[in-house]
Amino acid sequence: MHVPTKLLDDPADAVTDALRGLAAVHPELTVDLEHHVVSRNHDHHGDHRPGKVGLVSGGGSGHEPLHAGFVGLGMLDAAACGAVFTSPVPDQVLAATTAASSGGGVVHVVKNYTGDVLNFQMAAELADDEDIAVETVLVDDDVAVTDSLYTAGRRGTGGTLFVEKVLGAAAEQGMALADVAALGRDVVARSRSFGVALSPCTTPGSDRPGFDLEPGEMELGIGIHGEPGRRRVPVPATGVAREVARVSVAAIADDVPLDGEELLLLVNGMGGTPLLELQVLAGDVVTELTGRGARIARALVGNHVTSLEMAGAMVSVCRATPQLLQLWDAPVRTPALRWGA
Amino acid sequence: MGRVSAALTAAGVRDWLQRFATAVDEHAGELTDLDRPIGDSDHGVNLQRGTHAVLAALDAADPATPGAALVKAGSTLVSTVGGASGPLFGTLLRRTGKALGDADPVDAAALAAGLRAGLDAVTALGGAQVGEATLVDALAPAVEALEAGGSAQEAAGAAERGAASTDDLVARKGRASYLGERGIGHRDPGAVSIALLFAALAGSTAEDGS
Repeated sequence: MHVPTKLLDDPADAVTDALRGLAAVHPELTVDLEHHVVSRNHDHHGDHRPGKVGLVSGGGSGHEPLHAGFVGLGMLDAAACGAVFTSPVPDQVLAATTAASSGGGVVHVVKNYTGDVLNFQMAAELADDEDIAVETVLVDDDVAVTDSLYTAGRRGTGGTLFVEKVLGAAAEQGMALADVAALGRDVVARSRSFGVALSPCTTPGSDRPGFDLEPGEMELGIGIHGEPGRRRVPVPATGVAREVARVSVAAIADDVPLDGEELLLLVNGMGGTPLLELQVLAGDVVTELTGRGARIARALVGNHVTSLEMAGAMVSVCRATPQLLQLWDAPVRTPALRWGA
Repeated sequence: MGRVSAALTAAGVRDWLQRFATAVDEHAGELTDLDRPIGDSDHGVNLQRGTHAVLAALDAADPATPGAALVKAGSTLVSTVGGASGPLFGTLLRRTGKALGDADPVDAAALAAGLRAGLDAVTALGGAQVGEATLVDALAPAVEALEAGGSAQEAAGAAERGAASTDDLVARKGRASYLGERGIGHRDPGAVSIALLFAALAGSTAEDGS
């Protein structure tokens, strides 16, 4: 007999029901339950500005609060929510693009996964047919993928948060379409992530985990679905957080110089790791980073880009500039991230 | 037996895709199991969602020609499947249908040429070549078999062997590519689905009595 272990009503309706819940508690958002699109309800705050560049992202569901939780003032204008771990289809992305469009063009923030790339590409063509100018910013911040020539390339993971926050602020301040897109590509180039899984997750409706990870093993260099990156190793008997911090920061430092850099830091939980553990990890990560001559300018610790209930964490950094810090500090008011507004 | 020269009509396309949908239903668990170690274990259920929508769309629109039926089927797959499979399978059928134009019925040579156009569109979109452990490893040999004058049965056999060949390949596209050498020994689920598509074509044309 199947014993439910997930807090759902009907697993088949998990995404719809979650969006219905989001709508119930956030009247400042418009939730399109047919297309699974969440957008800013501009009437609610009277903050609609014709000509403002629209910012759209999306992807498979299961990574909450990404992306729907980051819709609001100073961040996304709309998010397209696919089935669990499956990218949205072009019609959904087009609906999000239309909702976000106020005449100044729309930027698509796309995580580099084959399905996301193909569906957003097709949606951009459909938007072009409707005379909405679309620029795409492809996020590929994941240093775990070392042989990008022979794979689908570096994945878009935790760094997506930096891109969405910074571009949201830039669009809010009236930056033009091409400049927002160029800034986005610069933020991607400055961002790096590395993730570790300590347990797999089970998608709603499935009866077993998405991958096998024996107790006592951890997977180094995961993407945001637990898909593998570098290798599987035993979990050390003690100092697990120190080891994860050491491996993650070393992988990032192998890829970009950190000495003398001012960093935005995200210590991101994958959904199944408590904040207490993430704070332990954050302390160890800061020790590793400062030991390499970096300075932490701003930091976020928590579950922001998750993989259902997977245990594990991801370390993301963005090498900041004064402009990026100013945009990072700008007001934001969304379900999952808010300050200064 | 199974010569596509039995000539494909719009009703024939409906029968072909009905058989494909039935095969996807029967093999959904297997497709998902194949996807589990290398992807995210949803290929079967995603494709099922798409093929059921295709049958409903064909019944509602009742396209007049094989080309129109394949275009409708393809755009329905794009709009319902998501992931990489939706754009790739959808583009295959849609571009094949567009290449068939208004021809009715469609003979074997035209179908081979149409599927070639579909294959070319898929490789342009996804960037995969033969040998990279993707659906192209099943699709390319099946199209080549038809182009060489082979039967749908022979094309299905070529697709099946192509899918089996992915067992020993290192994936270089899609989510399986992150496994590297660890992916060896895993059959690509997209290639298996393509083999089901051509087996459905063989089943459909065989019963046309040619």
